[in-house]
Amino acid sequence: MDSYIQGIFMLAGINLMAVLGLSLLTGFTGLFSFGHAGFMAIGAYTAAIMTSMLKLPFIVGIVAAGFTAAIFAYLIGRMTLKLKGDYFCIATLGFGEAIRLILDNFQGLGGSRGWPGVPAHTSMLNIFIAVVIGVLFLSNLVRSRHGRNLIAVREEELAAQIAGINVVRYKTLALVVSAIYAGVAGAFLAHYMTFIQPKMFSLIKSTELTIIVIFGGLGSISGSVLGAVVLTFLPELLRAVDKWRLVAYGAAVILIMISRPRGLMGGMELTPNGIKKIIAERKAKKAAAQRSEP
Amino acid sequence: MSQENENILEVQGLTKRFGGLAAVSEVDFKVRKGGIIGLIGPNGAGKTTIFNLVTGVYKVSEGTVNFEGKSITDLEPYSIADMGVTRTFQNIRLFKNLSVFDNVFTACHLSATYSLPEAILRLPRFRREEKLLKEKAQGLLEIVGLQDRADVVASNLPYGLQRRLEIVRALALDPRLLLLDEPAAGMNPDETEQLMRLIADVRDRFKLSVLVIEHHMDLVMRLCERIVVLNFGIKLAEGSPDDIRGDARVVEAYLGAPAPAGGK
Repeated sequence: MDSYIQGIFMLAGINLMAVLGLSLLTGFTGLFSFGHAGFMAIGAYTAAIMTSMLKLPFIVGIVAAGFTAAIFAYLIGRMTLKLKGDYFCIATLGFGEAIRLILDNFQGLGGSRGWPGVPAHTSMLNIFIAVVIGVLFLSNLVRSRHGRNLIAVREEELAAQIAGINVVRYKTLALVVSAIYAGVAGAFLAHYMTFIQPKMFSLIKSTELTIIVIFGGLGSISGSVLGAVVLTFLPELLRAVDKWRLVAYGAAVILIMISRPRGLMGGMELTPNGIKKIIAERKAKKAAAQRSEP
Repeated sequence: MSQENENILEVQGLTKRFGGLAAVSEVDFKVRKGGIIGLIGPNGAGKTTIFNLVTGVYKVSEGTVNFEGKSITDLEPYSIADMGVTRTFQNIRLFKNLSVFDNVFTACHLSATYSLPEAILRLPRFRREEKLLKEKAQGLLEIVGLQDRADVVASNLPYGLQRRLEIVRALALDPRLLLLDEPAAGMNPDETEQLMRLIADVRDRFKLSVLVIEHHMDLVMRLCERIVVLNFGIKLAEGSPDDIRGDARVVEAYLGAPAPAGGK
């Protein structure tokens, strides 16, 4: 495979890793976050410290990245998860920007000029393995009592409470797990770019992740996978239209959202059972349409 | 039976103030183990507020709530549910986008003990318990006659069945005290009749105690062994259906006229 295409695939894998976590938080638990680039930044810098400064193996960097992001998420969660809906969203936005500004002003890690010379450890193989493990863990989590409790929180918070679900605890769980995914994605990103800079983890990055989750379809893991791949490739395919590229990207996203308002997968999964369900629903729709015709 | 006199729920001096307004003030009542108690009163009398206080949705301003001899006054709703008190809502609160089966399946979670890592790694305990939960949910749906609609999305169910689903979701928690907030609201006489039989049936089958808010007087009078009447947040009267029917204050406050009427 040519290295340009390979590069895009690796980027898609890194985006996917972060999107998987956000999918758990937004798609399954119903919490919107505009600060996940902050967790990616924490992961990227932690991993870079491990491999570049301390000369430890990449795997140590990845684990440390996930771990550190988890600790931050836990602390932030304890402080903000009693807030409802939009207020939590604003709190995450503040968190993401705060992390970026702290890194911008902290000269020890390169400050706003960035940190060059991070070893290029990221490869097609290790990203692929990480993504497969990520998808497996997430789909197993979602299809368990813990996952069902998260979905219950999304569906009807008060009813979830009355059903014996500790809502704050489960929201914290979703935030911590999603931060681990973002942290690991940050570690891969740092060792793919070999250069990290606070600017890479701005609000735009957080927004991009949220767009991918919604674009793929809330509450669908396969939707998140599809969304991450499509939306990473789209801007590259649009290089043909040169400076109109980002305009075309925006237009394409809007068009797809209009034609599929519930996202690409709309809550369905691309598993044998899920496909059966999709086909059954199509048939039912067609039958209903025929019945309504005179 | 020596347990006859044992009370499962004891509410004493229960008061809730919203700012200067006392929505509920100094209310006392008890629920006998295995009993069905009715809570009636005009709109705004504080009935639902009492439910919210007992289930921990609101914080109690003053007074105590004891369940099986233990105080649940300041507990969070989820731990009160965990102890065995659960409820339905006046405006139905189902997990709307989930199937009928998943609504009940989700609520069965307290019967499983597997941890998060066990779920992620699909260890034996996860498989074993998950199978039991599925059987339990299936069994519960059969009891209330919803097994044929297991795959229907909850919000697509007819209204009467949504109420039924909410009750069975509550039963999935293995409660010992069930609070029903206007279970017959919006039902026709036929559905109301079926609902009454369902409530009596699940009470016997699950050895439950029931506290029910209801405006359908015939349902309350026939189903409940004792009735507590509220008006403006104060307990107006308490007694057997016959006492209540004959109580002049109740007739005046609740029915508005000396002649007894059927609805609210």
